[in-house]
Amino acid sequence: MDSNEDIAPIAILMDELRSEDVQLRLNAIHRISTIALALGPERARDELIPFLQDSVDDEDEVLLALAEELGRNFEEYIGGPEYAHVLLGPLENLSAVEETLVRDKAAESITKVSSVLSQAQIEQYYIPLLQRLSRGEWFTSRTSSCALYAPVYDKVAAPIQDDLRRGFAALAADDTPMVRRAAAKWLAPLVKKYTKAHVLSDGLAVYRKLQADDQDSVRLLTVEDLIAIAQQLSPAEVKEQLLKQIRQTMTDKSWRVRYMAASHFNELAEVVGTELVREELINHFVQLLKDNEAEVRTAAAGQVPGFSKLLEKEVVLARIVPCVRDLCQDVSQHVRAALANQISGLAPLLGKDATIEHLLPLFLHLLKDEFPEVRLNIISKLELVNSVIGIELLSESLLPAIVELAEDKSWRVRQAIIEYIPLLATQLGKPFFDESLGNLCMSWLGDNVYSIREAAAVNLKKLTEVFGVEWSKEQIVPKVVGMGQHPNYLYRMTTVQAIMTIAPSLTLEVIRDNILDMLIQLASDPIPNIRFNVAKALEITATSLGDTPEGVQLVQQKIAPVLEALKNDQDADVRFFSSRALQKAHALEA
Amino acid sequence: MDQDASSSGGWRFAQCFGDKGDVEDITEADIISTVEFDSTGNYLATGDKGGRVVLFERNEMKKTCEYKFYTEFQSHEPEFDYLKSLEIEEKINKIKWCKRQNSAHFLLSTNDKTIKLWKVFEKQLRVVSESNLIDGQRSLPSPGATQHLRLPRMTQQDNIIAAVPRKVYSNAHAYHIHSISVNSDQETYISADDLRINLWNLDISDRSFNIVDIKPANMEELTEVITAAEFHPVHCNLFMYSSSKSNIKLADMRDSALCDRHAKMFEEEEDPTNRSFFSEIISSISDVKFSHDGRYILSRDYLNLKIWDINMENRPLKTIPIHDHLRGKLCDLYENDCIFDKFECIWSGDDKNVLTGSYHNYFRIFDVETLNDVVLQADKSAFKAKKIGGPLPGNKTGMKNGMRPGGMRENMAVETLDFNKKILHASWHPRESTIAIAATNNLFLYSSA
Repeated sequence: MDSNEDIAPIAILMDELRSEDVQLRLNAIHRISTIALALGPERARDELIPFLQDSVDDEDEVLLALAEELGRNFEEYIGGPEYAHVLLGPLENLSAVEETLVRDKAAESITKVSSVLSQAQIEQYYIPLLQRLSRGEWFTSRTSSCALYAPVYDKVAAPIQDDLRRGFAALAADDTPMVRRAAAKWLAPLVKKYTKAHVLSDGLAVYRKLQADDQDSVRLLTVEDLIAIAQQLSPAEVKEQLLKQIRQTMTDKSWRVRYMAASHFNELAEVVGTELVREELINHFVQLLKDNEAEVRTAAAGQVPGFSKLLEKEVVLARIVPCVRDLCQDVSQHVRAALANQISGLAPLLGKDATIEHLLPLFLHLLKDEFPEVRLNIISKLELVNSVIGIELLSESLLPAIVELAEDKSWRVRQAIIEYIPLLATQLGKPFFDESLGNLCMSWLGDNVYSIREAAAVNLKKLTEVFGVEWSKEQIVPKVVGMGQHPNYLYRMTTVQAIMTIAPSLTLEVIRDNILDMLIQLASDPIPNIRFNVAKALEITATSLGDTPEGVQLVQQKIAPVLEALKNDQDADVRFFSSRALQKAHALEA
Repeated sequence: MDQDASSSGGWRFAQCFGDKGDVEDITEADIISTVEFDSTGNYLATGDKGGRVVLFERNEMKKTCEYKFYTEFQSHEPEFDYLKSLEIEEKINKIKWCKRQNSAHFLLSTNDKTIKLWKVFEKQLRVVSESNLIDGQRSLPSPGATQHLRLPRMTQQDNIIAAVPRKVYSNAHAYHIHSISVNSDQETYISADDLRINLWNLDISDRSFNIVDIKPANMEELTEVITAAEFHPVHCNLFMYSSSKSNIKLADMRDSALCDRHAKMFEEEEDPTNRSFFSEIISSISDVKFSHDGRYILSRDYLNLKIWDINMENRPLKTIPIHDHLRGKLCDLYENDCIFDKFECIWSGDDKNVLTGSYHNYFRIFDVETLNDVVLQADKSAFKAKKIGGPLPGNKTGMKNGMRPGGMRENMAVETLDFNKKILHASWHPRESTIAIAATNNLFLYSSA
């Protein structure tokens, strides 16, 4: 039944598993499912898997591929879940190699395999594997084993659970810091599966040991464990059992630990209960906001609104706002930028009056910051402030800030502010916009960086959508069309491209009365680049006009003849784009 | 003469590797530029000016601590930086072993610019003997049915020892790298050049963090360079670096991300009566090492060894003069550039002794408590004596055994010293009384009972 043609490629593929060429081996490994399918489940189990198990002496990328493939429901090819434990053999070997990526992937695949194993299979095959890895001679296998406790803990009988907890505790007390780090990393998911009694008896002990480790690289990983354990306990128990650890972590001598504490602060605050937040955490939070290390202050600044939500308004005003005021003057621009990104979040919590009194001066101050990122971050979150106090109070300072950003010498800053313009337009309203920002938006069309001109065109399209076609016809279209007369071809090009971008948002009348003539005029521009872009613009315009009979008629009368003329242009690109546009135009009629 | 024998401290020449001929013109590339035992003492690495790394393995067949050749590989090649029009030498400046994590060995080696992480392991060479399309040498027709499909069969050939570069950490140093040091957390290491120290994660080769930068905004204001740097053996957050201005700074990485502000500075006030034109040069620290327990710091400048208590910054616990006899000759040493030689200093595995080198292939071992010293000379007479069945130490004619007790200090008389022969690099077995000494192109091993 198998013809030779079907088998030959498989035969080659199998031989390539041991090719001299790494790329061929890699390809073959990625297709071991094909090989397994050809061999059938029994031979795949008896021959292929032992063969793969013997293959761990290879390049890392090949091993990584193998670890990945074995985790992709590979049990389907070897006879279904009742044989899935066979896969653990090669994966066990892979979780002892020295490359972290391979080990992590192997652990991930073992976890996937474990999800299809029955309790009997887990107890018979998985647990012994876990024990072998946990007691491995080299730290690499012990490191990998840490990740493998949590997936099966809730799937085994109670006596084995006892063994698992003991085994994990031994790993957390390992001599090598790498193993202790892995234990610290994987304690959180494991503890979530413990019963409360076991959290108190075992989980806490392991956590406390790791939290007091000599190595700060270990301690910094215990912040997430702390959160996981606190989640399992009642607020009273947290206070009784964990207060000391919380204090130590928040005031650790190592800034890296404090940084981790600061960046997970809200998660912790949410699980410890309001009492502890008010009595204890608020003080630590204030300290972190005043930390010596800028990285810590940056992380803490990011948590300000989230944490303030858990506090009463008076407390926020009394404790948090003074710190925020100091951070506005911080020496590190990164701290100020992080704060600028988050400070607006305080406005809804404080309400209108308090925001005007306390936050508004800070907004105004940050809007004048010497670093553009700080100003940008404030502007990007303006919506929140606007909804609380309205924009009027800010607008006086806002405008100079925007103008300055718009003229920043770094084009990326200019690009960033352009992207916020449509948002600002909705907040500021038409009159204010016309008066102050309209000209700015047009000046970007003449920027000497292409990306800015491009962004400027997109901006005009969005503004059209915000303020409507009538507004656009009066404010934007004349200026865009006017640039079409410019002696520099780059400006004329911008006109074409701006039209191309805006056209789909405009109505037939505006296109007919205000735009089309300019395009047709540019179709005879001396620069071929302009001409073929006109052809492209006409194509887009024609498509957007094609919805209505009047539009189709306009295309026939005005656009098609121009394209016909361009079809005979001396430049090949112009001919190409004009014929393509013409085809589209003809298609409209049909 | 009995007293002479005891002044050899029981040290006995054990082995010598390298060209043992008396040829005067030594190949430049063969000059050993660094020596390092691994953390078990079972392996020993040397690097040379030719960019090669040679590993030795403990010879388990012998009762005494002896080593045999294990493997050799080319770690660095000469390069040319076209942008700066600079030649980059292949010379290995430092080798540091990582703790073993599996049956392979990992070690860092560096030249002036690039650090590499090498994996050295035993590899089975295997060839395909049978497969679907080849049976030994013959080609086979493609199998006709699935049941004839078979997986390739391998036959084993030799085992070889392979060295592969696992990671290459480049482009992070504008100046010459002189020190690398692996952290006790086994996850990070530092590399130091004349003006900066960078922190690396061993797993990440494309990124490093600058933790110390003493480069002045204007290079004309440069008055000080970093001469050596090392991590604390126990506390992963502490490291120290020494400077050409005779101070050692201890920095704590917990305090802040940039360690420009040091936690402690070990410096001895200079005696103004001793000031001379050379003061600044000879007070430059050439090497610093933490003791294994991390309590003490050993430093070496041109004339002295100093032992500092980590808790006492204003003066060293002990100052051990090494080159007092050269004080009168500083002018000549300046002329022939020897005054800029960078002698290393090392602790014994139990921190009870310290060792440093000198000229004429002399090196000295001091008892930290009593400051009693042993002067030994790593030269060819040592192994010649052994080859002809020379007497063992303790014997009265111990001087044939590579050491000249008694007359040793007189022999160090200035006039007869050969300033081209110097012991700059050495390493001490972490657990036993065995030392490895680099003497130009030879590696000497000495043991004491």
